[in-house]
Amino acid sequence: MAEDSLFIHPIFEWGPVQFTSTVFTTWLVMAIIVCIVWLVTRSLQMRPGRLQSLVEAIVSIIEDSIRDVAPQHVQQIMPFIGTLWVFLVFANLIGLIPGLHSPTRDLSATAAMAILVFLSVHWYGIRLQGLKNYLLHYLKPSPILLPFNLISEVTRTIALAVRLFGNMMSMEMIAMLMLLVAGFLVPVPILMLHIIEALVQAYIFGMLALIYVASSLQSQQLRQQKQGENHA
Amino acid sequence: MPDLTVFVQTSTLAAIIGIAVGVSMPAIAMGWAISRALDALARQPEAERAIMRTLFIGLAMIESLAIYVLVIVLIILFRNPLLEYLAQ
Repeated sequence: MAEDSLFIHPIFEWGPVQFTSTVFTTWLVMAIIVCIVWLVTRSLQMRPGRLQSLVEAIVSIIEDSIRDVAPQHVQQIMPFIGTLWVFLVFANLIGLIPGLHSPTRDLSATAAMAILVFLSVHWYGIRLQGLKNYLLHYLKPSPILLPFNLISEVTRTIALAVRLFGNMMSMEMIAMLMLLVAGFLVPVPILMLHIIEALVQAYIFGMLALIYVASSLQSQQLRQQKQGENHA
Repeated sequence: MPDLTVFVQTSTLAAIIGIAVGVSMPAIAMGWAISRALDALARQPEAERAIMRTLFIGLAMIESLAIYVLVIVLIILFRNPLLEYLAQ
């Protein structure tokens, strides 16, 4: 039983492709988010109702926290980071519904998201500051650090995937072990801890993704600041 | 099979020692980080957002060490790849 909780087993196989419960819960989460967003944006008003002002508050909080880190690129970065945040909150919390596993307790799902972050770092870096400048930032502050910069690209991606997976998997496993050891309704306080953990991990994943993206843009900001000082 | 018994006992012991050390060290590190962050917060309350953001990221980095230990310990306990050699 405990053996089953470390990895997810496929529900059915179709040729070489295995379908796990992760796929279904991910689509369920996506459907929920799309439904909520469609309901809210269907009738936008200048004097917002309760639901609309709630969603507007969430969007403006996301916007503010991105502006703190990367003030000049809020418009470009926000769709990606905001999507990560919203999706991860729902994906982490859906594990609290009995019978459903959160998709983020599957290493494949978190690895996929970490790869998305890894690729988007380069995408934003090359797109916003050009290929040459982007590649040059690996040589800063000194060319000796080039191998370390390259290694950190890989290790931080792996760390991103394993952190989210390990947290969500261990929380679920703890709840299950408590159920085995102590009995019915005892894991409920642990599940409350699970809610906090889910929100914190979603925040941290998005924040780290934001910081990785912003760090690839930083050299451009420094250059613009220098130009600004020269003009002044 | 005495080999298997010894192996299971050793790996259980190793897992317990591993999780004990691997959790207490990051705990000390996190305690240091939090106490320093509180120091900074008491000195400069207006920098709360930046301090809390950096603190959370640092805590996440430290915490991931404990998570690595946990994952490895769980693999040792439940999915030990070396067990298949012995069982053959």
